[in-house]
Amino acid sequence: MILTLVGVSNGVLGDMAERSRGTGADIFVRPPGSSVLAFSGNMPQGVVGLIRKEPHVALATGVLVQTIGNFDSITGINLDEFNAMSGGLHYLEGGPFSAPGDLIVDDIYAKAHHLKPGDTLDIGLKWRVCGVVESGKLSHLFAPVDYLQDKYSAMDKVSMVYVKLDNRANTDAVIAALTARLEDYKIFSVDQFVSLISVDSVPILKSFTRVVIVLAVIVGFLVVFLSMYTAVLERTREIGILKALGASPGYILAILMRETLVLAVAGAIAGMLMSYGTQWIMKVFVPTMPMLIVYTWWPWAALIALTGSLMGAIYPGLKASHQDAVEALAYD
Amino acid sequence: MIEIRDLKKTYHAGDVDVHALRGVNLSVVTGEFVSIVGPSGSGKSTLFNILGGLTPPTSGSVVIDGHDLSAMTDAERTELRKSKVGFVFQKYNLLPTLTAADNIAIARDIAGQRSGKNGTPDAGFEQILDLLGIQSRLSHKPRALSGGEQQRVAIARALVNQPAILLADEPTGNLDTENSAAVLGLLRDLNARLGQTILMITHEPEAAAYGHRIVKMRDGRVVD
Repeated sequence: MILTLVGVSNGVLGDMAERSRGTGADIFVRPPGSSVLAFSGNMPQGVVGLIRKEPHVALATGVLVQTIGNFDSITGINLDEFNAMSGGLHYLEGGPFSAPGDLIVDDIYAKAHHLKPGDTLDIGLKWRVCGVVESGKLSHLFAPVDYLQDKYSAMDKVSMVYVKLDNRANTDAVIAALTARLEDYKIFSVDQFVSLISVDSVPILKSFTRVVIVLAVIVGFLVVFLSMYTAVLERTREIGILKALGASPGYILAILMRETLVLAVAGAIAGMLMSYGTQWIMKVFVPTMPMLIVYTWWPWAALIALTGSLMGAIYPGLKASHQDAVEALAYD
Repeated sequence: MIEIRDLKKTYHAGDVDVHALRGVNLSVVTGEFVSIVGPSGSGKSTLFNILGGLTPPTSGSVVIDGHDLSAMTDAERTELRKSKVGFVFQKYNLLPTLTAADNIAIARDIAGQRSGKNGTPDAGFEQILDLLGIQSRLSHKPRALSGGEQQRVAIARALVNQPAILLADEPTGNLDTENSAAVLGLLRDLNARLGQTILMITHEPEAAAYGHRIVKMRDGRVVD
């Protein structure tokens, strides 16, 4: 559970960072009050023109991001401007927009939804798939920005402005100039932006991870507690035999703890191996949400499993080790 | 070897006091094979539990090999069970998940002693295994052994730490006539060859006759 959550978090955010780099932009501009990861706020499209006037700005293009549910979104782009900035979309099938309702999808989305050029995709609006491109640049779904603005009542609005400079060395100077001109706007260099796309910069994700860890410890504790409690009850007579042979409470407790330890280690290893299975399932059924195997979390996941298990085994273990030998031997 | 003086044991069942032993006096010398007989409720099992250090007496004294059980703490009685007492039970009480060899080896482990091949400690013990006739059955788990074989493994386990006394509680209670005779014959041989002190509780007069001496109990007292 923990490894899946961490893997999906890191996978999705890593994918997002990779696609941000794929735009070829040097500076990203977001509306005032917006967050890095949520494309909820929009800004006037006129901002793009203001940015273009800044010295050292070679290209600037505004995009509109429209969420369509299931963690997916359509990104409205000016295809010529975006191609100039990113080096161009690489078409695997079909070609660029030829009509307002055209949609370009990347290969991941096309594979997941079995799409090819000419197909119709109904995601609230009916779109005609005109091309399938190689993934890794900005979005999984691209539409003409003016058509998207029209259909989603966001005329002359954009969610983000991507800026390419004549020389990357001028990044800090341009950010300073833009910050002075566009007060309260969020302006990042590509490196700053990518560094902010991390688990640590998403407070709700950190909180959610902590909740999952606490839940994992509680579930581990309860499962081991109940199974060990049942095991101790079922093995009352065996414990009586050990006591008759002279086993001390410490000896019996050590046996039960060793068993718990073996089970917890086996469970942790199984969990780690199962995360590969989860990764495969995600890849097949939800390819737009990539999951990474985060090896650095393996020791933590194992430690959490061991902690929950050993905590769960303590009370049943103590109960077993202090059982009355005569009563235990009489147990059937 | 064993000196029991005015031994009393009272259990508290709610508001009722149950006097299981009402002043037992008994002496057993080293190398003796004593059969203890009596009807249900006569106090045989309580005496067995006290002699084995499984439960403390209410009053009186029980001295085994120089150690007074009545003055012992729980931990000291646990130590006594490791080294001075070997148990043989009616239901064999082997650990079902372990092989016969491991059932013997765990008794060694609990006593803090190393086990050799097949859980056996030394050549001397190999003789005991030969005598018990279970050498070829040591790799089997209890469910693969007959009742007679299981009881022989239980006897081997009871003797592996060379206890001062072997306590047997109805050792033939779950066995057919043939296996009963075999197990009783083995106990007598062990007593004769090794000088092992044995106290055996039994209902059966035929079984009791294997001992050197028969002690009769009734209503928590030794009556004969």
